[in-house]
Amino acid sequence: MDWIASLQGLIGGVMIGLSAVWLMATLGRIAGISGIVGSLVTTLPKGDSAWRVAFVLGLVSGPLLLMVMGGGLGNVAGAPGEVVGSPAGGVGLMLVAGLLVGVGTGLGSGCTSGHGVCGLARLSPRSLVATVTFLACAIVTVYIVRHVFGGGA
Amino acid sequence: MKTLMGYIAGLIFGLGLALAGMTDPARVLGFLDIFGAWDPTLMFVLGGAVVTTFIGYRLVFRRERPMIGETFQLPTRQDLDARLIGGAALFGIGWGLSGYCPGPAIASIAGLTAPLFAMLVAMVAGWFLARAIPARS
Repeated sequence: MDWIASLQGLIGGVMIGLSAVWLMATLGRIAGISGIVGSLVTTLPKGDSAWRVAFVLGLVSGPLLLMVMGGGLGNVAGAPGEVVGSPAGGVGLMLVAGLLVGVGTGLGSGCTSGHGVCGLARLSPRSLVATVTFLACAIVTVYIVRHVFGGGA
Repeated sequence: MKTLMGYIAGLIFGLGLALAGMTDPARVLGFLDIFGAWDPTLMFVLGGAVVTTFIGYRLVFRRERPMIGETFQLPTRQDLDARLIGGAALFGIGWGLSGYCPGPAIASIAGLTAPLFAMLVAMVAGWFLARAIPARS
C-alpha cells in the first residue's frame, strides 16, 4: 500500500472538511459543488451569485496554485510531478458521463461533496441513502467496464 | 465580504482536492475498482473530510447564525423518493464511467483537456435537463 498517497489523501480530505466548515461558519451554506455551481448556471440567483462565482474561481485556483508552485504536491497515480490527471476516456465517453453526472446530481440534489461529505457529517438519512446508492452504482459500473468488458479504462 | 469568504472556501476545497489526488480520475477509478488493484486513497479523503466536517459543524452550530447572513441554510427534507435515489444512481454510473464527480471535474480546469471540456459542457446540460424534469411525474 502506498502510505504517502494515503497520507496526502487524508490531508486533502481534512482540507475539504475545513472548507465545508468555513463555508457554513461564514455564509451558512452547505459546501455541495453540484448545488453551488448547478444553481449558479441554471438560475443565476439574484444577490446570491457573486460568492458562487468566487467559490468556483477558488476551486480552480487551488490546483492551479499547486501547479505553479511545483514541488510535486499533487497526488496523481504514477506521475509525481502532475497535479491534474489525464481523463479516463475520450470526448464521446465524457459527454455521456457528464450528462449522467449532471442529470443525476440535479435530480438527486447533491454529489460527493453535498451528500457524501456535508450530508453524512449532518447524519442526514437522505444523504446516507444517496451516498450508498451512488457509490454502489459507481463500483458496479467500474466492475462492468473493467472486468466484464475488460475495457481496461 | 461574502465574495471573499466564498473564494477562500473554494480555494481550500480546490487545494484539498488536488493534494488528495481527487483531480486524478485514475485514483478515483482505482478506488471504485474494489475487484481489481484497489487504491485506498479515496477512503482516506472521504474519511478525513467527513470527520473534520462532523466535528467542525458541531462547533459552528453552537452559534445562532453564520458570520454573514441570517440563518444556516440547511436541507430539511427527511423523506426518500425516486428522484433522490434515481438521481444518485445515474450520478454513480457517470462517476464510474469518468472518474469525475462535479468538484474534481471543475477543479481540473487547471489542466483542461478536450474530454474534460466535453464532460463539463454535458454536466451543465444535465443540470438544465434535471430542472426540466418535473418533481412529481
